Amino acid sequence: MYDVIIIGAGVSGAAAARELSRYKVKVCVLEKSEDVCCGTSKANSGIVHAGYDAAPGSLMAQLNVEGNAMMGKLAEELDFPFQRKGSLVVCLHEEDRPSLQELYDKGIKNGVPDMQILEREEVWELEPNISDHVVAALYAPSAGIVCPFGLNIAMAENANTNGVAFRFNTEVTAIEHIEPGYRLITNQGNYETKCIVNAAGVYADVFHNMVSEKKIHITPRRGDYCLLDKTAGKHVSRTVFALPNRKYGKGVLVTPTTHGNLLVGPTAIDIDDPEGTNTTAEGLKRIAENAGLNVKNLPMRQVITSFAGLRAHEENHEFIIEELEDAPGFIDCAGIESPGLTSSPAIGKRIAKILQEKLHLEKNPDFQGTRRGILNPAALSIKERDALIKKEPAYGNIICRCEMISEGEILDAIHRPLGAKSLDGVKRRTRAGMGRCQSGFCSPRTMEILSRELDVSMFEITKSGGDSRIVVGKNKDAL
Amino acid sequence: MKAYDIVIIGGGPAGLAAAVSARKNGIDRVLILERDKELGGILNQCIHNGFGLHTFKEELTGPEYAARYIAQAAELNLEYKINTMVMDISHEKIVTYMNREEGMQEIQAKAVILAMGCRERSRGALNIPGYRPAGIFSAGTAQRLVNMEGYLPGREVVILGSGDIGLIMARRMTLEGAKVKVVSELMPYSGGLKRNIVQCLDDYGIPLKLSHTVIDIRGKERLEGITLAEVDSHGKPIPGTEEDYTCDTLLLSVGLIPENELSNGMGIDMNRVTSGPNVNESLETSIPGVFACGNVLHVHDLVDFVSEEAAAAGKNAAEYVMREKSAVQISKDIKSPIELEAVEGVRYTVPKTVNVDRMTDRLTVRFRVGAVYQNCFVSAYFDNERVIHKKRPVVAPGEMEDIKLDKSKLLEYPDLKKITIKIEEA
Repeated sequence: MYDVIIIGAGVSGAAAARELSRYKVKVCVLEKSEDVCCGTSKANSGIVHAGYDAAPGSLMAQLNVEGNAMMGKLAEELDFPFQRKGSLVVCLHEEDRPSLQELYDKGIKNGVPDMQILEREEVWELEPNISDHVVAALYAPSAGIVCPFGLNIAMAENANTNGVAFRFNTEVTAIEHIEPGYRLITNQGNYETKCIVNAAGVYADVFHNMVSEKKIHITPRRGDYCLLDKTAGKHVSRTVFALPNRKYGKGVLVTPTTHGNLLVGPTAIDIDDPEGTNTTAEGLKRIAENAGLNVKNLPMRQVITSFAGLRAHEENHEFIIEELEDAPGFIDCAGIESPGLTSSPAIGKRIAKILQEKLHLEKNPDFQGTRRGILNPAALSIKERDALIKKEPAYGNIICRCEMISEGEILDAIHRPLGAKSLDGVKRRTRAGMGRCQSGFCSPRTMEILSRELDVSMFEITKSGGDSRIVVGKNKDAL
Repeated sequence: MKAYDIVIIGGGPAGLAAAVSARKNGIDRVLILERDKELGGILNQCIHNGFGLHTFKEELTGPEYAARYIAQAAELNLEYKINTMVMDISHEKIVTYMNREEGMQEIQAKAVILAMGCRERSRGALNIPGYRPAGIFSAGTAQRLVNMEGYLPGREVVILGSGDIGLIMARRMTLEGAKVKVVSELMPYSGGLKRNIVQCLDDYGIPLKLSHTVIDIRGKERLEGITLAEVDSHGKPIPGTEEDYTCDTLLLSVGLIPENELSNGMGIDMNRVTSGPNVNESLETSIPGVFACGNVLHVHDLVDFVSEEAAAAGKNAAEYVMREKSAVQISKDIKSPIELEAVEGVRYTVPKTVNVDRMTDRLTVRFRVGAVYQNCFVSAYFDNERVIHKKRPVVAPGEMEDIKLDKSKLLEYPDLKKITIKIEEA
């Protein structure tokens, strides 16, 4: 019997797990995918929002500003890429100034620090590639960018180090009341627990509705993105938003990523399929058209990949983080759409607080709050790197030529807590395969390393778990 | 810091030929740095034949062709390092490399020859909509899996792009037991060699659909199918022409891009059309003493021409080193070089400038055309005078063209500023 089972190893589930691991409590995370960070958390803008968007007084506003403020220290403790670069909301029409002012006022009410409304000349001083039509912009220096995988993986790893169990490829199919607590029926057997945290992203409504009469509905809202080569990474040095559009959130943004690429997107298309992460021709076209509105001369020819992510949109556009009245011990963490990534550290804290009070949890005296990420040899001096290779020769063997990732980093990614088991798992941890050739060179080599280190055949190596096998047989085996 | 006369970046066909040539032209301290586990580069996975018809007057496989040069390199005792990644080349030609045994090393070169080759364009660069399942490979990645490791990437295959690797892989996948359903090409003409279309598609009954592209990719884990559509003259899909194909594999052969990260890092002047460095008649880049050859300079169709070009680069680098050593003061008043300009159907030229004093008696200028032209002329204008007018029954983007410039002829035009190369229709 667990004290707490968390459904979902996305950024919310991982944050909750990590915060709970501060206490003496038996926690298990159940994840239907083969790895952490496989749903909404892996495909988003990677933005740490300042917090002027959400309605004043809302939980979303509160956790956004709180999460933003926590991010710097967390990034130090858990060693993931985060840069507080600031953001601009670009206003292109004189008649839209009131909307910009409105954002500023909301920001003030929400407690966003140091905002400024900049006039066009000041905007160009900060960002020379902003549109010639810019009238003014809202500058929020507290905004930043984060590696979404880095954040999610770091929190999960740290939770695991502090005793939280993770079960992958484990899909919850039904939830039964037992006394006290719940029984979760999964494809890998049953689990019993006193409490459940429902951090299931686009599936949060499914689990909520299994135990509650007050139904909720989560709409998967698809966002298409284009990722540009690092050669385009300095086109802007801050996140550039469009003034929010009344109908669909924040519009298309242009932002540097923590790894030096340029990201453009997302669209916002409501769909039915919670696995519908396909990009569409219309979506990609819309990105190309809309991104150019705020940032000029975007080198869209340098796109190296496009992808789509799903936001877990709840119709009231508010985070639902609470114990259900009609299902004691069942804690929702639902409707976690943007700014969910930003808010995640605060979301985790809030969930832990609910459970700490409910279960009267005591502090875990052995809690280890720091974690070291995978080494980035490129950050070392030539001498330091030389010493590293002399000690561990695998760091001298480059596997991914685009991102210059060595076997050493890949071995670390495989063998650390909650290590990588697939090509995408390696990619999200090390960036091997994430560069301009999109794994053309390194995938056969990474497959060999995975096969050797995990002692599985090449036929079992997948792109991202399940049936996503890379090779299907031997030459001439069907002849 | 250890010093070499010539450091060659890359041990594929270009690097090998350049090294052999540099040694034969009198340079002792030559070093090849190769990132893979053996010399030979991409030839090692090109197990089909057709290599060497020009160089050796016989038909060799890729590994056989490479072996000829590797044998020459061995005979000449050329020094090389494998599993070695060049991390940086400074403007002063300090080469920083890394490998397991030596860690990080810096060496000083008098001359550098860039021979890093090229890589394949990926799906991402095409922005094909749809899902991102397993089963989508660039043709070269599939070629490596099949030819070097013995693994079959899939059983029902669609190929997008009719570049040579795609055509070769259509045949290879068929021979290994997969069903290749169709090769689709966005353009109204193939990007590959005519002989490959005949020998790899026609001979196996594999249909080639010109002016067709992939507009959707299905399958959440492994690829399940794609949709093909015909495109109009602007490359836009024509509604109503969609055709669904069931397949577990999509191979992409949609272009090659010279790998110039190191060149860019050095601040070498690059050509927007070729994505390779701009070079002069000596295949020397904008940094004196830094030369480029092979696919890193511009993507070739035939390795024979890579070898030829690389041999020239090796010889020129050798002469550069000799000049530097003998400390011959080059007169400062060298007149500015003749510019080569590609217009009207010609997309680029290699080289881009010619210094008559430095050129060989007969200089090969290579270029590609932007469309298929039939019964046309390849013309070169010396300033305004048409000097070369060569009839060609057909020229196509998939086949590299060349013209020869004779030094004796150029010397007849002492005030020549520009040579314009163009396609003229009959």
